[in-house]
Amino acid sequence: MLTLRLFMLQRLTALIMAPLVLGHLALMVYAIRGGLSTGAILARTQGSLPWALFYGTFVVAVSIHAAIGVRVIIGETLKTRGAVLNLLSLVFCGLLLFAGLRAVISVTMP
Amino acid sequence: MTPMGDKRLSSDTNTLSVSVWRGDGAGGKFEIFQVPSQESQTILDVVVWIQQKIDASLAYRYACRVGMCGSCAMMVNGQPRWTCRTHVQKVARDNRLEIAPLRNLPVIKDLATDMDPFFEKWVRAESVFHPTGTRDDEIVRVDPTEPRRVEADAAIECINCAVCYAACDTVQANPDYLGPAALNRAWTLINDVKDGGRASILEAVSQEGGCHNCHAQGSCAKFCPNELSPITSIAGLKRETVKSFFGGR
Repeated sequence: MLTLRLFMLQRLTALIMAPLVLGHLALMVYAIRGGLSTGAILARTQGSLPWALFYGTFVVAVSIHAAIGVRVIIGETLKTRGAVLNLLSLVFCGLLLFAGLRAVISVTMP
Repeated sequence: MTPMGDKRLSSDTNTLSVSVWRGDGAGGKFEIFQVPSQESQTILDVVVWIQQKIDASLAYRYACRVGMCGSCAMMVNGQPRWTCRTHVQKVARDNRLEIAPLRNLPVIKDLATDMDPFFEKWVRAESVFHPTGTRDDEIVRVDPTEPRRVEADAAIECINCAVCYAACDTVQANPDYLGPAALNRAWTLINDVKDGGRASILEAVSQEGGCHNCHAQGSCAKFCPNELSPITSIAGLKRETVKSFFGGR
């Protein structure tokens, strides 16, 4: 179910996610303590390539990472293997990518 | 509510009420036997007594009776145990025992399981010796204090009883998973200076069903009758495969 390649992909995406999560948490604390309004936040993020890359990278990493984890749960609980399992994993990854990137685009597009 | 008959039996301290799984691969059910309780009696003693005194058709497997051969493992009160070294007094609850064939393996008959899938996975894990010399070469010196040898020695005393395999929830959920015993053996070979199969072992344990499927729940180490820690060996394999992924040796 998990090969070395998938195992490494999950670990490497976790490595990418870790600093991004810390950055996101710091940002949340800053935004709340500073009392930034929704409009003020959007004014900073819209049209910003760095923020698009920051959250875009996070969405890609989390989509791969979570899909591999869910793949194991699907395989062990539904006893699916091979092409069906690959397809279900890819569909889940695609759903996360779609939802995540849609959110990133709506917040960062000018 | 305890049935009256069972209540009478459980209050009799000289008699054990033993539920034994009877059946084959197609199915079966537990059958209850009354066995006299004795001093220092083992679970295997109980099974032997039933087979010799009550029902000669009871199928089970054993050989050495002293915890060396790894033949007699069964599920006792829901937990995998080497039955020849498990005292009844330690595991009986209210003078009752439930004895079943090992989990995660096909049943041949009654308490005897088919060990083929277990040993086939040893071969799939490349857990076979890969010689590096011939009979004409000098015998390789093995330094017992060398760090890799210490790792190998910590895992070497496996008796192939399949208790860890029966205890492993990952094996149950993922029949492709090689299992703790096969991976533990692979780890001893990785650390054996006389074994030349490092690359092929790392390749074998990196496939579908390989070491990366271990959830590190640790049932293997909890139940191993020889107090080995296959989970530690599997963690070692994960480390070595990660190193090999980045091009290390």
